[in-house]
This record gives sequence, C-alpha cells and structure tokens, in this order.
Amino acid sequence: MTGRRRSAQAGAGRASGTLAVVPDAKLPLRAKVASQVSRTAAALSRAAGRGDGSVIGGWIGLKIDPDLLKHLATGRQVALVSGTNGKTTTTRLTAAAVGVLGDVATNSFGANMPSGHTSALAKAGATPYAVLEVDEHYLPQVLAATDPRAVALLNLSRDQLDRAKEVAMMAQLWRTTLANHPKVAVVANADDPMVVWAAVASPSVTWFSAGQRWHDDSWVCPECGSHIERAENQWWCTGCPLRRPEPQWVVEDDGVLDPLGHWHKVTLQLPGSVNIGNAATALAVAAQFGVRPIDAVPRLARVTSIAGRYAQVQRDGRIVRLLLAKNPASWLEAFDMAERAPTLLSINARDPDGRDTSWLYDVDFSPLADGRPVLITGDRAYDLAVRLEVNRVPFRHVTSFEDAVAAIPPGRLEVIANYSAFQDIRAELNRVN
Amino acid sequence: MSTDESRIRIVWVYPDLLSTYGDRGNVLILARRAEQRRLPVETMEVRSDQPVPRSADIYLIGGGEDGPQALAAQRLAADGTLRASAESGSVIFAICAGYQLLGHSFFAKGVQCPGLGLLDLHSDRGPTRAVGELAGDIDPRLGLPPLSGFENHGGRTHLGRGVNPLARVTTGVGNDGTTEGAWFGKTLGTYSHGPALARNPALADLLLRWAIGADRLPPLDDTWPDRLRAERRAAVAAPAGRP
Repeated sequence: MTGRRRSAQAGAGRASGTLAVVPDAKLPLRAKVASQVSRTAAALSRAAGRGDGSVIGGWIGLKIDPDLLKHLATGRQVALVSGTNGKTTTTRLTAAAVGVLGDVATNSFGANMPSGHTSALAKAGATPYAVLEVDEHYLPQVLAATDPRAVALLNLSRDQLDRAKEVAMMAQLWRTTLANHPKVAVVANADDPMVVWAAVASPSVTWFSAGQRWHDDSWVCPECGSHIERAENQWWCTGCPLRRPEPQWVVEDDGVLDPLGHWHKVTLQLPGSVNIGNAATALAVAAQFGVRPIDAVPRLARVTSIAGRYAQVQRDGRIVRLLLAKNPASWLEAFDMAERAPTLLSINARDPDGRDTSWLYDVDFSPLADGRPVLITGDRAYDLAVRLEVNRVPFRHVTSFEDAVAAIPPGRLEVIANYSAFQDIRAELNRVN
Repeated sequence: MSTDESRIRIVWVYPDLLSTYGDRGNVLILARRAEQRRLPVETMEVRSDQPVPRSADIYLIGGGEDGPQALAAQRLAADGTLRASAESGSVIFAICAGYQLLGHSFFAKGVQCPGLGLLDLHSDRGPTRAVGELAGDIDPRLGLPPLSGFENHGGRTHLGRGVNPLARVTTGVGNDGTTEGAWFGKTLGTYSHGPALARNPALADLLLRWAIGADRLPPLDDTWPDRLRAERRAAVAAPAGRP
C-alpha cells in the first residue's frame, strides 16, 4: 500500500545513512560531556523527588553546549508535534506509530521546550527516530535545531493570554518559519483556519481533518480580515480565497479514513472523539516515515495515560479519572470526554496557568448542569463559583482533593483541572502517570 | 429607551473583532442579574459586517488586539449608531481596547488612529505593558465599592476635562498609574479587562439602573462574588500578591 511508496520517497529525499545513528561516542567532546551531565542531573532531580527530571537535565546540558540539541538530533529522523492542544497525547500516539519501524526517543512528560527535548534525546541514547512535542512558541528554534522530516500542526487557540503571544501572531510566526523550511513535510489540521493559513506557506502539506469544537479564535480571516463563514464541516473566507483544503486523512465515526480511501477502526484506551482525531494525526505523521496505518493502529491501542492525563486511580473506593484542561478549547473537549458522574473542577492561576482567569467566560459550563454533582476547588475556586452561578450550574465548594473524595459516594469521580491544579492533584496521587 | 419598553436590550458590539478575554462574561452577568430581578432582557451580538441596532439600552464593547481595534473604530465611525444612541441616552460600557476607541484617538499598529470621540480622552503607548491585578476607589458620586479587576494593556490614557476618572488606582496602572477608566453621562470605560462585571457586581447593577432609570434594585445573594472580591483584595494586599 502507501507505506512502501512513501518509504521510497522518503529515502530519496534524504542523504543516505540517515538510519545510522550517531552514538554518544561520536558526539563532539563538549556535547558528550553535556549529554552525560544532563542525564545525571535528570536522575538526581528524580531521586530528589523534584519532578520528572525532564527539564533540569536538558537545561544544564544546554548551558555546557548550546548546540547540544542539534548534536543529539543529528542522525535521527525527527517528527515535531505542535499546537495549542493535544500535543502531548498526539506525540505519544505518534511515537507509538513510528515505533513500528524502530526505537523512538520522545519527550513523553510534556516537557516541550528545548531543555526538555535535549533531556529526552540524551536520556534515550541512540535511536533511529525521535518524536518531539514542541511548545508552539519554540517551533522556529526546534525546527532549525533538529532538521525534522515532518512537523504536525494541530490547532491554535487562546491560551494563557496574559503571557502568550496572541493567536494571530502565533500563526504568523509559524507561517514565516515554514516558509523558511520548504523541505519539511507539514501535516496540518484542515479544520483550523489559523493553522491552514500558517501551513500554506509550505510547499509540502498533508491535510488531516479531526473536527474542531472551538471556533472563537478564527472568525476573522488572518489573510484579509474578512469574516469566516462555516457550514457543516466546511469553512471559507468571505473576502479572499482562503478556505478549508480537502483533507487526505479524515476521522469518520470511530475510525480514520486514509488517503487511499481505506477506513481503519481505531480502538483507544483514551476517552473522547478528540483522541480519535489525535490518532488520525499520528497515523498521518507516521505515514511520512513509511509506516502503514494497518501496522500502526494496533500500537495506538496500547497507549494508556500520558503524564497523568486520563489516568485512573483508586482512592477510598472511588475511581478517580484525571482530565487536564488548560484553555477554553480543551475544556470543551474535557466535557466531551467526562462521563456523567460526580465531577471535581479545580482552577489555579499560577505562572504556568496564566495569572488571569477571564477565560472562564469563554467556556460554556452548561454541559455540567445535567444533575451530576459538581464540586469545585483550587486557588481560584471563587472565580469558578461566580462563573458557575452565572451559568446556572449548581456546585459545592471543597477546600481539598481529600474533601472532594469524601464528599461523593463510592464510584467514579471525574476530575477536570487546569495545569498546576492538575499537577497538585497528581502529586496527591503519588505522581500517577 | 428601547423600542420594546418591556425588555432591556443589551447589544454586544463586534464580538468577532473585540472579544479576546472572556468579554462575553459581561453580557452573561448583566442578563443574569436582570433576570434574577424578573426584568426581561434581550441580548444580541452584532458582527462588524452588520449594522449596529439603534436605541438599545446597553451597548457592550470588549477588548482586542491592535488590528481588530483599529478596524472596529473605523467601522463604528462609519456606522454612526453608537454616537446617536449615546446622545439619546443609551448606556455604553467599554473595556480596554473598546474603552480606548471611545476617545478622540488611540495608538494601534504603530500609528495614532482616530477614535469615536464619545469620551474626552486620548490614548498612547506606555513604556511597559501593564499586566496584573488592578484595584481602585471608585468616584464617590457613583456610590460603588472599590473596583477589582485584572488589566493587560500596553496603552496609557489621558483624560480631558469632559470626563471623570472612574477610579483612583490603589493597585496596578489603569490609565496612567493614578487614575483608572472614565465616565461621562451613561458612558463608562475601564481597563479592568474581560469579564470585569464578574468581580464588580455593583457596577453591573449601576449599568442596569442607568438603563431602566431606577435609583435602586432589589438586592441579590452575592455570597460568591463577595468572597471572590475579598480573596482578591487579600491577594493584592499580600506582598507576594502580584506576579
């Protein structure tokens, strides 16, 4: 099928010997020292219980050798995954799919800046492949450092606006970056106008369609400023030719349609239709490396929770499931995934979350007003309380995760939390992965 | 006054251009607080390629980026309805970029742009971006408790004699580090961005009272907004309260 042909194309596009990985022994001396120190620091950090150790090691390594990431990426075939939402999960799924071909290095703890990439590659040792999740702001640097074969662009929406670049600026940054790297195969979301506008700067784009629940950052055309119309799954600018491209990879029911028109049923251990979309993206990226969907699909089914996301934990007779929701678009997705069961919402507004809670009003919480008990907690529970009152969602305030567990009968508890609130709860559950 | 006297008509102006930070919250909060008093409300969203309806009771204008802000000012000036409605007594509540464009001029995309001139003020670019908690004591003539909000803007606003400052800044920057926001007649603007009314229910009630011409409204149970305000007050008072 397509696999063989794509594989041949891929081989032709690259210098021969790409599969020969540079082991540590062949790294320049400075990089070798940096790589070793990086691994040691990561191990120390883990041993000290300071975290996953996935950032500190890389940070130290990059201090010793600023080109360390480039050195560590040399000789590997790399895929990058970026976007506002779904990148950690899609990275894990893509790594599983590319794993059909051989060992894959990946930053599976969501440490998605160059320090995290450096740590991940140093820790993995020699692998022929790497799949890296990249913070959307860092795409230009990481693209330049790792010379990837493929880059997946998932979506762009508002996220921590008091510190992040606004959506249109981010799309512009991507667009400029892709125009400067015409050889990289781009795999992009046809349903997100901002992503499409960024991706069309590249001569080589494969489009996927995974649906999009969130539209509130793309009503205005990034090209000409006119209104963007939507009908069913189509969208088009009313003032210029920008419109939804025809996708080659499409989510259909509980499966994925590939470019040859073959439908593959996708069975995942991850909840929600949004993860079928992430699986479609992973299959499309893996195809750039020559992986056939038919070979990759069974591997996707083995992916369980990711850095605590979707993890299920038993606690005092309750089955607690953790859902991470960092921004309005991902809250909508979390509501889609959560079962109709007692639900705990937890909100913080610390630095990693953004200090501003205004986004609460960009989320419609009414899906929770279906009779399920709703509990709220977190540093900014009162912001949430006011929001839920306006949304007519009855709730009860609790001051800790423990109190939340005690407040519901044995059975399922869905937990939806933003970034640092999620980490707090994960810490209570012994850093569940 | 509204054409249908039985309803409070609330128009959200140009959410396609000016809605970056949960601005929808102000529409929802006004509607909810009116409904809780059994005051019938009608809310409308007007896109920038549609005419702004005349004689609504309350117009809401949100925040936004430079480009959309300049475009919104252009289209609102061409439309003309906002000025006519303000003159005939409609309430206008504007946030951040929306507030700036009600003045004589504002700074966007590197140039000074003409505003609507509904408030006697002009805005330019400040030395730093103001991001963080914003608090201040509101003009005593409005009879409101202190303003509580979050600001995120690069502009500085200079008030003319034809407007009153909304508040004296106690935390944050506001217009210029000293005053925050402005009001004149029934037009009121603030740098307290996004869902400003969530943390200022008394301000929401002032807008409703202006709209229906009432001196007071039946009180509501504001337990949660009060707790939120108290918690934010404590946060800005604490030394580590600001990032």
